[in-house]
Amino acid sequence: MRGYAGKYLRVGLSSKTVSEERLEEGMAADYIGGLGFGARTLLDMVPKGVDPLSSENVLAWWTGPFAGTIVPTGSKFGVFALSPLTRIFGFGICSGGFGNELKSAGWDGAVITGRSEKPVYLFIDDGSAVLMDASGLWGKTTWDTEELIREELGDGAVRVAAIGPAGEKLGNLANITTDRNRQVGRSGMGAVAGSKNLKAVAVRGTRDVEVANLDELTKMALDLNERCQGPKTEKYRVYGTPANILVHNRLGCLPSYNFQRGTFEKAEEVSGERMLKTHVKKILACTGCPVACDHVNEVKEGPYAGTVASVDYESLAQLGPLCGVSDLSAVTKAVEVCDKLGVDTISAGVTIAWAMECYEKGLLSKDDTDGLDLRFGNGDAVVEAARRMSLKEGKLGSFLSEGVRKASEKLGRGSAKFAIHCKGMEWAAYSMRSLQTSTVGFCTSIRGADYLRSGSYQVDVAGKVDRLKLDGSRGKIVSDGENQYSIIDSLILCKFTRGVYSSMDEVAKLYTLATGIEMTGPQLLKAGERIYNAAKCFNVRFGMTRKDDYPPPRAFEETMADEVVKGTKITREEFDEALDGYYESRGWNKDGIPTKAKLIELGLTKEAEEVGA
Amino acid sequence: MALSEQRTRRIIVCDTDKCNGCQICEFICSVVKEKTTNHKKSRIRAVRIEPFFNIAVACRKCEKPTCERACPRDAIHVQADGSIKIDKDNCNGCGWCIESCEFGALRLHLDGKVAFTCDFCTEFEEPQCVKYCPKGALKYTTIDQAARESVKDVLMDLIEVRES
Repeated sequence: MRGYAGKYLRVGLSSKTVSEERLEEGMAADYIGGLGFGARTLLDMVPKGVDPLSSENVLAWWTGPFAGTIVPTGSKFGVFALSPLTRIFGFGICSGGFGNELKSAGWDGAVITGRSEKPVYLFIDDGSAVLMDASGLWGKTTWDTEELIREELGDGAVRVAAIGPAGEKLGNLANITTDRNRQVGRSGMGAVAGSKNLKAVAVRGTRDVEVANLDELTKMALDLNERCQGPKTEKYRVYGTPANILVHNRLGCLPSYNFQRGTFEKAEEVSGERMLKTHVKKILACTGCPVACDHVNEVKEGPYAGTVASVDYESLAQLGPLCGVSDLSAVTKAVEVCDKLGVDTISAGVTIAWAMECYEKGLLSKDDTDGLDLRFGNGDAVVEAARRMSLKEGKLGSFLSEGVRKASEKLGRGSAKFAIHCKGMEWAAYSMRSLQTSTVGFCTSIRGADYLRSGSYQVDVAGKVDRLKLDGSRGKIVSDGENQYSIIDSLILCKFTRGVYSSMDEVAKLYTLATGIEMTGPQLLKAGERIYNAAKCFNVRFGMTRKDDYPPPRAFEETMADEVVKGTKITREEFDEALDGYYESRGWNKDGIPTKAKLIELGLTKEAEEVGA
Repeated sequence: MALSEQRTRRIIVCDTDKCNGCQICEFICSVVKEKTTNHKKSRIRAVRIEPFFNIAVACRKCEKPTCERACPRDAIHVQADGSIKIDKDNCNGCGWCIESCEFGALRLHLDGKVAFTCDFCTEFEEPQCVKYCPKGALKYTTIDQAARESVKDVLMDLIEVRES
């Protein structure tokens, strides 16, 4: 097999065993890599009733066929497990140099099961893999862990993906970090690693990655590199994703004050334009990326002087305007705290913003917050709350560490009405009511409220549809987006390059040049549909139905007051119409369950039997 | 008095403001020189010092190369343009040249266990890493010219600040 390594590691932490498994070519062509392999692994290995933090959960690491090759942004990887946060399909896709290194070591991925008695880290050294003692690393931050492992192994080029204290303490929002600034974010993969006593995975790869047609692949890659300097990626290169702040603010879809509003009166102060002038010290790139979007901030003065963190739109929006905070230095500090301690910034921001609303409404007292003054706009309190929730410190810290759904269930008193999540996943920085196609996509997403599964906000922001209304036609927009994004997440490519490809056929050609497996654009999209359905089947196994595909009550019950979108809310009738349209375009029944016929058409025969309607 | 030879030699100069650690130079080099993708066989190395500093390093064409003097087997020969040619038959991979190079510009090859370094792609018009660096961070130029351009960059920034 070319492009692919053709094999993956099986690691049993309980039995302390490591073995080599073959990657079948049929699996490669049907499921492509990354997300597809992750969906297949979870379906095959995680039966109904498994506790996400028990030894029965798996933690699967997968690259795609482009990792380690010259294909721009191809060196990404994903980590997959039953999520402790959402209790459904969980994963995060990540960049940096780790995926490139893993493939160069000769592996497509590693499927880790069981639970180690003592803290360990897995060291993959080309063909060998060993479990190393990590007792001395327990309690260390993600950044320190990377350095300490490189020191121990005596090789500064080893790539490390590690959890921080939040993962060790099994916080639902814990992530996995590599190259300091890149995260396997969302859905608590860090907690799953922590529950297995797995502190990190370290890799050294020195092998050639063979592709089917090196000359043609290189030619295409170089052409794509050039296109990546053009207008389609300009936003990412110049201001990075924080360019969205002012765009969204103008449209009334920049969530602020825990999604009560869609504009922020101090948006200018936290804009990408401002940040570039006052805080960005350097723009970095991931391995093999010609775009370079990673805007790394340095705080030069004030109480947070010396803070260093990579700040993207989502982190900035959720720890900034969503919490009413306009101090870029405090936001940078909050991101640094989350990154080092190993907590997802989006989920942290949404959970803190919810707590702030509770505090202002008198549902949380100063006693409940251990004295922290959780008023909207208090940047110092956001930094401190982020730290405490990462470490599960005190009453407030452990209360918030489980994420907004659990916290609001515990608190009760009507606070669930403004706990902004879907399926337990905290909502990303896209307003629910003033970007309604986006909201449909957030609700149908297999990972819970998620902008990265369909990109359905794009038609809203670009004005291609009436974003303040819904109808049945939105369903197909969402499902088409999901199929496309499933392919991007399986190959795995960076979504920031999605605009530089002329068509899915071009992507398919790249796939064939790398792997030697014949592929067309329509075949890739079919695989995307298969992959999305596979992940959906996993969620159905864990009890998901139509009732779980709705936004929180705030979306339906409160109208927006912001001038530009005044009076907007989502009506249940319209949302139901959009959902019906979505299920119909998917070939699922009205309860949101894939039909047997659809699953059989996609080759998911086992799943048709198990969950098909 | 004529300029020292080293000052007229073109080397690969890296603009550390523009270099972002993408390693595309390493990918290009391994494809061009090794006909495979393996960034660890690259003749140029991207180095990141956390959190901000990035640079790509290749052979500096030293006037009195320590690598040549360090070699106990007469395997290293300096070419007319200042680049280093390594005689694979004489090299036994002892690594003294690698130790002696202050820039870490030589490495031990993963397959043959012989030392290797940048040959500046003399079969092309310019080194291919320079040609394909997506940010234009690499230049094939003399150090004097690089200095002149740095000064120009600073002045352009100044003018921009004044005008705004």
